[in-house]
Amino acid sequence: MRAQHVNPFIDSVKLVFETMLGTQVAIAKPRIKTDDQPSYDVTGIIALSGEAVGSVAVSFPMDTAIKCVEAFSGMPVEEPDDNFTDAIGELANMIAGNAKKDLENLKVNISVPTVIVGQGHRLGRHQLGPWIVLECTSPHGPFNLEMCVVEVAAAVAGGA
Amino acid sequence: MRILLVDDSTTMRNIQKKILAGLGYSEIAEAGDGVQALAAFNAQRPDMMLVDWNMPNMDGLTLVKKVREVDKQVLLLMVTTEAEKTRVIDAIKAGVNNYLVKPFTPAVLSEKIEQTLAKRLAAAAS
Repeated sequence: MRAQHVNPFIDSVKLVFETMLGTQVAIAKPRIKTDDQPSYDVTGIIALSGEAVGSVAVSFPMDTAIKCVEAFSGMPVEEPDDNFTDAIGELANMIAGNAKKDLENLKVNISVPTVIVGQGHRLGRHQLGPWIVLECTSPHGPFNLEMCVVEVAAAVAGGA
Repeated sequence: MRILLVDDSTTMRNIQKKILAGLGYSEIAEAGDGVQALAAFNAQRPDMMLVDWNMPNMDGLTLVKKVREVDKQVLLLMVTTEAEKTRVIDAIKAGVNNYLVKPFTPAVLSEKIEQTLAKRLAAAAS
């Protein structure tokens, strides 16, 4: 994953949280995720296809997820029901969708979101390339943005 | 005015519904994908549709094309995360009257709806 592919996601997560949740997000320096690190309790995942392939995952501790969904939807969350997972999926959709427009003129399609709820679950990560983690801090609590974006032309040229 | 909200996210439909209610619109129907929306369109013939792009079963662009095959008058506002210029051009060619990129504030959605209505009034007056 090229370093210049990370910045669109940093800009996008800040924009989405500021616009839809009314909060600022602080983001730590990107790092590569290793296989033994679990995700948090609630994860929204978007698959990428087209001239770049990969995935984008937004992963929250349950407490953060509930507070974020309440701020986003304007409704209290009593339990992680379908409306809760819908809101998490839509946040992932907006973050991935806004980032892809700045992926250096690559034509990229995004999937409809998938949401996983389960304490300390692990994502089965494909081997397209390294996963980058952005550790985010918001007034609602911490969360991670995890992504793997690989340009198809570069992967073919490199024999991947 | 009858408005049909088309988005696979119930959260987004609820947010849009709340904003529209605040603007005084009360005849609001909903659909969760393009197939449902086409059925609702045929049954209800709304005056305006707010249409998401990425949805299961039938995407918003296909829906717009199908609606425009039979109705040139209904106002179509695409509300989507698809922000690339090529996508906007595709949507305009398919027949949308206006385009709004998510995320958006209530003020921006209100402005886009007013703009869309104003375009129709201007076209009718000319």
